[in-house]
Amino acid sequence: MFDYEMLRLIWWALLGVLLIGFALTDGFDLGVAALLPFVARSDAERRMVINSIGQTWEGNQVWFILGGGAIFAAWPFVYAVSFSGFYLAMFLVLAALILRPVGFKYRSKRPDPAWRTRWDWALFVGGLVPALVFGVAVGNVLLGAPFRLDGDLRAFYDGTLLGLFTPFTLVCGLLSVAMLVLHGAAWLSIKVEHGPVHDRARAFGTAAAIASILLFAVGFAFVAWGDMGYRIVGAVDPLGPSNPLRMTAEQAGGAWLDNYATYPWMMALPALGFAGAALALIGIRSGREALAFAGSSLAATGIIATVGCAMFPFILPSSIDAHSSLTVWNASSTQKTLGIMLFVTLVFLPIVLAYTAWAYRVMFGRVTADAVRTNPDFY
Amino acid sequence: MDPGVVDLSRLQFAATALYHFLFVPLTLGLSMMLVIMESVYVMTNRPVWRVTTRFWGKIFGINFVLGVATGLTMEFQFGTNWSYFSHYVGDIFGAPLAIEGLMAFFLEATFVGLMFFGWDRLSKLGHLIVTFMVALGTNLSALWILIANGWMQNPVGASFNPDTMRMEVSDFGAVLFNPVAQAKFVHTVSAGYVCASVVVLGVSAFWLLKGRFLPVARRSMTVAAAFGLASSLSVVVLGDESGYALTDNQKMKLAAIEAVWHTEPGPSGLTLFGYPDTVARETRYKVEIPWLLGLIATRSLDGTVTGMSELVLKAQERIASGVIAYDAVQRLKANPQDMRERARFEAHKRDLGYALLLKRQMADPRTATPQQIEAAAWDTVPDVGLLFWSFRIMAAIGFAMIALFATAFILCSLRMHMDARWFLRLAVAAIPLPWVAIELGWVVAELGRQPWAIEGVLPTFLATSSLSRGALWTTLAGFTALYGGLAVIEVRLILAAIAHGPEERNDQPAPGPIPAAIPVTA
Repeated sequence: MFDYEMLRLIWWALLGVLLIGFALTDGFDLGVAALLPFVARSDAERRMVINSIGQTWEGNQVWFILGGGAIFAAWPFVYAVSFSGFYLAMFLVLAALILRPVGFKYRSKRPDPAWRTRWDWALFVGGLVPALVFGVAVGNVLLGAPFRLDGDLRAFYDGTLLGLFTPFTLVCGLLSVAMLVLHGAAWLSIKVEHGPVHDRARAFGTAAAIASILLFAVGFAFVAWGDMGYRIVGAVDPLGPSNPLRMTAEQAGGAWLDNYATYPWMMALPALGFAGAALALIGIRSGREALAFAGSSLAATGIIATVGCAMFPFILPSSIDAHSSLTVWNASSTQKTLGIMLFVTLVFLPIVLAYTAWAYRVMFGRVTADAVRTNPDFY
Repeated sequence: MDPGVVDLSRLQFAATALYHFLFVPLTLGLSMMLVIMESVYVMTNRPVWRVTTRFWGKIFGINFVLGVATGLTMEFQFGTNWSYFSHYVGDIFGAPLAIEGLMAFFLEATFVGLMFFGWDRLSKLGHLIVTFMVALGTNLSALWILIANGWMQNPVGASFNPDTMRMEVSDFGAVLFNPVAQAKFVHTVSAGYVCASVVVLGVSAFWLLKGRFLPVARRSMTVAAAFGLASSLSVVVLGDESGYALTDNQKMKLAAIEAVWHTEPGPSGLTLFGYPDTVARETRYKVEIPWLLGLIATRSLDGTVTGMSELVLKAQERIASGVIAYDAVQRLKANPQDMRERARFEAHKRDLGYALLLKRQMADPRTATPQQIEAAAWDTVPDVGLLFWSFRIMAAIGFAMIALFATAFILCSLRMHMDARWFLRLAVAAIPLPWVAIELGWVVAELGRQPWAIEGVLPTFLATSSLSRGALWTTLAGFTALYGGLAVIEVRLILAAIAHGPEERNDQPAPGPIPAAIPVTA
């Protein structure tokens, strides 16, 4: 079997797989929901947009739920510290996400236009707010969160909800929104029939692709020259027990670029972020929709992987206590749990991917205005 | 810990969990009933069964989304509000949650989309398989979450590691095959099946009383009667009292449920009614059935149920032993290599959690006086009155359900169920009962676990996040408003769907033929 160090590395990579899986699948649902009131004006148009994701969004959302469960199982410190430290932000996300399942289902239950408009805006909130807050949260993780651990490893926090919103974290939040709106627009361009909704989706997609490129560049500049980053001080034991207090870290401006200097091949990741967004732009403008969707997927992959590799081995640095930062080497489950969970993942993830692919195949094809009008099963 | 924060955290968890579990039982049970109804459709090829399946599928859908929506909160609430719990037992407790996502949630959520939208894209058999996958997913998710919950009641296969200051898994198989979890799983899913059967029975009875949608109502009632009878027998006979003899805390829970203050020579009698006096620590005005409790709880004629006073004495010993373990942990923190302290810790580690009970009274358990230890030992007694009555109401409803479904089954077998109006009225009136029993069941299970978050390992008052009261009030108010609003909307939509009946609804009439547009108001 793998040793503890290897298992920790694998689970760090799987954390990335989960986040990217979430962004690639539920990401376009969030983007589509955020676009809903703008790409579609009439009820018929909005039903086309809703039914473009209505059949599959539920399975996609499980990437988010699985993210919670897998972080709990593999990185219990991260689960314990991050969700309680970002308590009110997390509440905002959950409240917004709660609106989605009910919004999709209940909107079509009554023909009343006021009822339907209210749910449209609920779905908009359910798409925009999580996308924004996730980005802001990633920004705060890069900056370091204001928490410290006591001798019993109980976490305490400084900081407020409003304190999470700084110029840098807002750039991250907007980048997240732009990236997911781009992904959503690309999905819509594949999934709805040609017509006004399709045209508007392309227009929003164009703007989102350009915004993604600009915001990613601005964010990169912040990280490079914004006095940001952490470094481990002294030796680390990659096989040691998960106890953050046995390690020290220090704040060091520009340290988030260290890994890129050490391993130049990692520069491929930010390059992928830019190239993906550019590809999506080309695809959208030229009407090659599969290319647009592949581009937006690559952009999200590149952007998320860029952050992860910049921070490695940090997962959640502390901005107020040198001893409390959570890293790959001090915040994981035991070797045994990581091993068992890896086995379960290797068995079940391929099965999940297989039936998910089958479900998409069954539902393949564009949503037409005609189908929305006649199919009694549509939302 | 701020006691206000602890109380508010508990209130929020209780409220969101009990609310979540308003929707889950119906999801569990209806998904199975959909499989039954659709199987009949596939086998007989009679359109009325398709209409029946689609109607209950619609009710399932309205209910399902709120289960999903409120489940989101549950998945993250351990991290947001029970941060120290998450750190302390995440190595064990996280795994079933993650496996639940991977094995169960993906299954139900992916296939539920196909179930609703795949009617015209899948073969009949294909759609039935999809429906079955949804039911399998929902029931598997119950299995995994109850493995997690069962571990909180009976934390097997794990021990404390002073190097990481947390519980770590030693035997994952023991966690999986925890007998408490197994008993809870069977009991809980059976309760869900009963809940759905009561709803289907009651709604069908309502239609029969009104003389509407008779073909669908008749068939639905037959399915509900048979499925409900089997499930209600299962929920009572396989009640999870079988797990109560396993550990000190489970014994304490049983003693509190039965208000047994002192161990009595066996076989113990079952107290039907009485008044548990928690000040005098005795039960007054008892109406008792001799021998029965001994039979149920120990499956023997001579077994006894240990009384609360005796269990408290045992807790007192374990606290004293736990203080030694606590002392060793503190010394190991300073010097992890100290072999003598490690040996002391190993000898007393299974009682470490009991020393933590003292933290309610003092920061350092090592300074405790014998009086403080005795007080902490009495803290291990849960709220006797609440458990005593909650259990009795739950059990009474359980037996009432058996009677209800036995009657329904006989009437359906004799084909008299359309005319027995007294019974139809009774069936409608019974609709709220399973929810009362189910919520009280959780009250018994979780308040009976107090003062522990993890039995014998981590007291609840140490398990919370270090949040402010203001933050907790904010989310409590937010969840209450959101959940309250959604509950009103859901109930209205379900009532509207029931009133509208199984006819296909389509607010923009289609030019083409609508599938299965057959007359159902015969």
